[in-house]
Amino acid sequence: MAVASLPAPPNGSSPTPVHRVGEQAFDIVADIGDVALFTALTFSWLVRRRTRWSVLIPNFYAIGVSSVPVVAITGTFIGMVLAVQAHSQFAMMGLATRLGSVINISLVKELGPVLAATMLAGRVGSAMSAELGTMRVTEQIDALTALGTNPIHYLVVPRFLACFLLIPLLTLMADFMGVIGGAVVSTQLMMVDSFAYWQHSREYVGGLDLFAGVFKSFFFGAAIALISCHRGFHSRAGAEGVGKAATEAFVYSFIAILFLDFTIGIAWNAVYKAIWPQSAGLL
Amino acid sequence: MPAIIELLGLTMRFRQQTVLRDLTVRVKRGETLCIIGESGCGKTVLLKLMIGLLSPTKGIVKFDSKDLATLDEQAMTKMRLRFGFLFQMAALFDSLTIYDNVAFGPREHNLCDEEELENIVAERLLEVGLPAGVEHKKPAELSGGQRKRVGLARALALNPEVMLYDEPTTGLDPIMSDVINELILQTQRTKKATGVVVTHDMKTVYKVADRVVMLYPLARLGPNDSQVLYDGPPTGLDDHPDDRVRQFVRGEAGERLRELAQNREK
Repeated sequence: MAVASLPAPPNGSSPTPVHRVGEQAFDIVADIGDVALFTALTFSWLVRRRTRWSVLIPNFYAIGVSSVPVVAITGTFIGMVLAVQAHSQFAMMGLATRLGSVINISLVKELGPVLAATMLAGRVGSAMSAELGTMRVTEQIDALTALGTNPIHYLVVPRFLACFLLIPLLTLMADFMGVIGGAVVSTQLMMVDSFAYWQHSREYVGGLDLFAGVFKSFFFGAAIALISCHRGFHSRAGAEGVGKAATEAFVYSFIAILFLDFTIGIAWNAVYKAIWPQSAGLL
Repeated sequence: MPAIIELLGLTMRFRQQTVLRDLTVRVKRGETLCIIGESGCGKTVLLKLMIGLLSPTKGIVKFDSKDLATLDEQAMTKMRLRFGFLFQMAALFDSLTIYDNVAFGPREHNLCDEEELENIVAERLLEVGLPAGVEHKKPAELSGGQRKRVGLARALALNPEVMLYDEPTTGLDPIMSDVINELILQTQRTKKATGVVVTHDMKTVYKVADRVVMLYPLARLGPNDSQVLYDGPPTGLDDHPDDRVRQFVRGEAGERLRELAQNREK
């Protein structure tokens, strides 16, 4: 992937460990630069030329609509598991009716966005990376260029838009199903009083909390799209190369989700405290 | 005849491996040039350099007297539209139908309306001898020979001045190979296109070539040896004084067998 390379070891000798470490360091820096350039080109093509609906809609369907069942199931089970795991602790302290506030705030601020994004990194990110990797090794990306079409505009921009716009909507879906799942388990299985359950939920879970979770998911969607497409574009030849690209797409997307979750949380908290200095913070 | 493509002093290096070294090749307008050579000598790399899919490590690539390195994106796109490229495995877009594959170029560049596009696609598919009804299929439903012909139809849909063919008969049976050779000749005759054919199929060379350039792998050359072993008409190949040219043309392993035996002993 690096466009330049270290000079070969002198006199045709085989590379020493120092040379190998240097080469790996060189590759890592070149990779980071490559990702940054890829991102810049994607944003540039986003605004330079409109993408056709005939290209956007299949991507929106594949990434958004087709992900609804799996995200709904994920969200539902997150809520249900939270209720099952937290009930006994809260019941011991006589705070069972507060379950709603704990489940729902955890869902909308953290678990819903992060777990939905993780699920989508696995489902959508790996698929995008494998598809683009296969296109790379079968020269379809070269064919696009030879036909005068920019591959980033044609392949990456629609996927970026689909992830950026639809992953937040899918996060809302995960939140909603999680709330329902948690409520059903709490009130029907754990026999928590439903009026108290929803009243405490309303007291502790506000619009800003929901917004904080959805806000993060825009960044998660962008990260999944850029990382997965980049891995696919730079896939090595053969089934092994494509498989490696798909695995890397998920792993790097997951690490990016965790990193963004942490940094956005810190930033959001700082902004919240700056606006409302008397508050304890959003976190 | 003036040169339409000029590759001047080209060196191409991938990490530590140099594939092309100080190579100069000119393609004359209107001719069909065949580039032959052993696997790994840089033939496909040369083809991709001509259309700007790769940038050389050193040297200049010129198309119609313009240095590709000086072209901005828009000019590069316009330049590429003057080429047609038939890739080795056709490189059809898997998610699109045959119709949408062939229509891709004119549609993406808004060259005509959909009604005219229907006629263009039908004509191109007829030219390459594909049956009616194939346009609704997907590439995975076609045989290798059919995919190659669709690839050719897609390349011709933009009425290119220069056609690049990357091993057009690889993987095809002898009859289908001859069909492709005939289509190359037909394109040359009817479209008056300049052609560059990368191949190791000598039947293709003798059928379609006006001129042949033979490359040799750098790994088996000395530091001052030229990578071009032969540059001339196909008739001069068979009794060329250089053993390496004669052995390649006749398909004789010769020196390579000795090398293989030596490697086994090691």
